Amino acid sequence: MRLNKIQQAREQIEKSCAKIGRLVQVMEVCGTHTVALFRHGIRSLLPKNLKLLSGPGCPVCVTDQGYIDTVIDLAGRPDCIIATYGDMIRVPGKNTSLERLSLPNVRIVLSSDDAVTLAKNHPDKTVVFVAVGFETTTPATAVAIEQADKFGLNNFTVLCGHKLVLPAMRALLSGRNDKIDAFLCPGHVSIILGSRAYEPIVKEFKRPCVVGGFEAEQILSGLAKICEQIEQNKPAVDSVYGLAVRPEGNKTSQQWMEKYFEPCDGPWRGLGCIPQGSLRIKDTYAKFDAQKRFSIAQMPAEEPCGCLCGQVLCGLIEPSQCGLFGKKCTPDHPVGPCMVSTEGACAAWYKYGK
Amino acid sequence: MTEENERILLAHGGGGRLMAELIAKTIAPTIYGDKPQNLTDAASVDIDGKEILFTTDSFVVQPLFFPAGDIGKLAVCGTVNDLAVCGAKPQTLSLALIIEEGFAVAALEKILHSIGTTARQAGVAIVTGDTKVVEKGAADGIFINTTGIGPRRRNTRLGFDCIEPGDVILINGTLGDHGMTIMSKRQELAIQSPLQSDCACLHEIIGLLLDALGPKVKFMRDPTRGGLAATLNEITQSCGCGIEIEEKKIPVDPAVKAAADILGFDILNIANEGKFVAVVAADAEKQALDVLRSHPLGRKAARIGVVGPKQPHSLVELITRIGGRRIIGMPYGRELPRIC
Amino acid sequence: MCLAVPARIVEMTGDQAVADAMGNRWAIRTTLTPEVKLGDIVLVHAGYAIAKIDEEEAKKTWELFEQIAEMEAERGKAQGGDHAT
Repeated sequence: MRLNKIQQAREQIEKSCAKIGRLVQVMEVCGTHTVALFRHGIRSLLPKNLKLLSGPGCPVCVTDQGYIDTVIDLAGRPDCIIATYGDMIRVPGKNTSLERLSLPNVRIVLSSDDAVTLAKNHPDKTVVFVAVGFETTTPATAVAIEQADKFGLNNFTVLCGHKLVLPAMRALLSGRNDKIDAFLCPGHVSIILGSRAYEPIVKEFKRPCVVGGFEAEQILSGLAKICEQIEQNKPAVDSVYGLAVRPEGNKTSQQWMEKYFEPCDGPWRGLGCIPQGSLRIKDTYAKFDAQKRFSIAQMPAEEPCGCLCGQVLCGLIEPSQCGLFGKKCTPDHPVGPCMVSTEGACAAWYKYGK
Repeated sequence: MTEENERILLAHGGGGRLMAELIAKTIAPTIYGDKPQNLTDAASVDIDGKEILFTTDSFVVQPLFFPAGDIGKLAVCGTVNDLAVCGAKPQTLSLALIIEEGFAVAALEKILHSIGTTARQAGVAIVTGDTKVVEKGAADGIFINTTGIGPRRRNTRLGFDCIEPGDVILINGTLGDHGMTIMSKRQELAIQSPLQSDCACLHEIIGLLLDALGPKVKFMRDPTRGGLAATLNEITQSCGCGIEIEEKKIPVDPAVKAAADILGFDILNIANEGKFVAVVAADAEKQALDVLRSHPLGRKAARIGVVGPKQPHSLVELITRIGGRRIIGMPYGRELPRIC
Repeated sequence: MCLAVPARIVEMTGDQAVADAMGNRWAIRTTLTPEVKLGDIVLVHAGYAIAKIDEEEAKKTWELFEQIAEMEAERGKAQGGDHAT
């Protein structure tokens, strides 16, 4: 039955793309989509004039160098414990990475909750929770701050690197890459934000926004809907991710985010400053803000020479078009962040091939 | 060449690309100079005209005790398997223990008991050994090294050079069981799982296969660290032929798959301790599977793929469930739990 | 962007819960999904339930697991058959 649906979706894509005739460029905003596309080998099943661009949807990839260097600096302090998701361990800073430092005070956590537990168990150290991620991950950081507040943990801090997806999509369409014909929107971010959140983008930029799941069938039916909308010139918000994505999203998660964080202008790797694209901890909770606690003036660090992660993240080039790809920059010796994260476009290209 | 601040990473011991690089760039050239060496799991040595296969392996697993096994059982099985996949009849082992000061004698006894039982069942003798104790903190409980020897079985010819296009690739059962069991028992990951390690001595089932098929078995390897992905990549790189495997033919236990999904791991990169990959002549496929399935360690044996033509840049390719294709690269050497 | 796995809530005290995916159990929080109850299936991301999903949704992932199980069963049958002949 699933194979039938897959077949139907493929036929719809073939039909629409043939009618459209020209090159259609769809950006998968989400890094998990990038990986799923490779895992299922979906690119090999698409017509030649349908091109998928990997977008800025990997939290590791869009985290700017200044942030990473700050984490690495803090890891060098014996009075700190760095609590981080495994994703950040191998990201290269200017000179080294957390993995290469191999320090005992760098701990991998599976959830923000584990970071709070570390603070409880190590009252003599200050825990710095490396908080990266988009709207899906941010609410968990908010809960962790509340927990730390409730338990009176003065040694729990958050280095906030959380980012917002919608401002980035907007920034892409308003100049950085206006060749994008449509967005395959991230499934899990959409669970939090709700599908309605994309309506302003559809209205303003006339681009289809379809929320996709991560199974092969859902990705292909998402692409089929996008192609159909482009063919009929009727851009709209749609979702093929099923009931988990509601129009209004997960209100509770939204409230948690709003209570502890506020949007601010901030640097995205390769995309530069995105207006209102980052989150910071509200002043009321400043004592949990690692940046304030350690008086860190975030320096916008230079990106490695020759690294084209920025253009990859905008969908302007494919990873293999970067001069460093597969040569100076490999998953063993990554230069840019897109090669580090398993869902980074470059790592996925390298690992799974075209 | 070596940068001054270069350090050994955990990933250098993970059986993936970093380890291969360490061997190729640092270990081999220092030991052998620029003479190229064919480095395999077990080496063939000539002692007074008799061919003996010879291998060594060290065991540093944490936790030391895990469902369906412990470091002791692992230390015997690992070396027995390295000999068996190279076509040897495992015969004799040495046993070296490096113990951390303060280690519980009761735990040591438990490990030794397990070593004894496993060796007896496998019919191998432990004939010599060594015991060292290091200061607290200098080892993590206990490290074990075993070295093993055995004569080569008759009527076998195994090696990368025997592999030909059209040969089929078989596996004796489900993948990822050992690695995911160990991961799920790590304290920091705190998953309670029903998983069990597949840790087992494979010489018996391999013996059955070799007796039945002789030189129609072309090559064997146990996909331990680095998993199936590392083993298949070594095969393509060494024989120059591409490999195509089918996702839906690869046996995986559903609970193991779910555990891997929770942590964001790829089953193909996960370690096994009771599995072996066999490259077999196509016309012997049915016979081979019948033999494998007749043994308790091969009930779920499957043909997972086929050797493709010789290529200048040979690759391992996976045909996905929905018919797409993707390349399976050499794993990096360390799987990290991730959220994205 | 964000990995999430479907799992069933098998224990629950306040917003602390135990989730089960194919027999693998781990501690999660349901703080972000106050509507979920014992026995519900949720999507878990970084230790937090982010949405309640219905059986149908979960099946899309679990179907894969089921296919594996079916495959195993078929193989078992085939094997039985072989022995019979």
